[in-house]
Amino acid sequence: MNKITITKSEDGQTVFRDMVMDAIDQNLFSLQSEIESILQAAGCPMKTRWQIRVAVEEIFVNIAHYAYEPEKGKATIRVETSEEHSCAVLVFEDRGIPYNPLAKKDPDITLSAKERKIGGLGIFMTKKLMDEVSYVYDDGRNILTLKKTW
Amino acid sequence: MLKINKTVENGKAFFELEGRLDTVTAPDLENELKASLNDVTELTLDFEKLEYISSAGLRVLLSAQKQMSKQGTMKIVHVNDTIMEIFEVTGFIDILTIQ
Repeated sequence: MNKITITKSEDGQTVFRDMVMDAIDQNLFSLQSEIESILQAAGCPMKTRWQIRVAVEEIFVNIAHYAYEPEKGKATIRVETSEEHSCAVLVFEDRGIPYNPLAKKDPDITLSAKERKIGGLGIFMTKKLMDEVSYVYDDGRNILTLKKTW
Repeated sequence: MLKINKTVENGKAFFELEGRLDTVTAPDLENELKASLNDVTELTLDFEKLEYISSAGLRVLLSAQKQMSKQGTMKIVHVNDTIMEIFEVTGFIDILTIQ
């Protein structure tokens, strides 16, 4: 894991952790483990931690595979936790090709195995498992925000 | 990390998975299935020791299901609650045989 910068809000209720790393599959496990420890320390229950774990993979891997294609680049991940409000906000940023993953149509999950297409499930699962998912493109950055309360 | 224990005999294949079926490990399972499924009519995947699955893992399961629908049957046994939730939200619960 690369460097982590930790800051606290003035009222001391919210802790922000900023991480910058190469957006490559090999960093997935350490990123997930790091976020897991942060969430555990913030009192996030196991089921929610596990749901966030899946969402983190889907978003991070999208950046790793597509944002800088065919090159590689960095991803910045901010984890914001508030014990008082029992919630976590995760913000993923990259400086790659502008891409709004939320603009993609959801897969039809009522189709049979034969009819279903392989792929397209990552963002759909993220939307289902998180309370809020939002996207903006600002100042050359793709910014995707996940929010989850427990 | 994903550990795969497989037994293939008399047209029956049994795959026991342990660990994580994610972006990094899903290709390993895909390759093992590809190498083993010729002439198999009964595929069983045992998830008792599988802790975690992401969309990359689901892709491999769907592709195995598509192949097995043509040549036999496929079932998944011992699915834990967290993985079951993923099967539910993605509708995989309706297209896989889960016991």
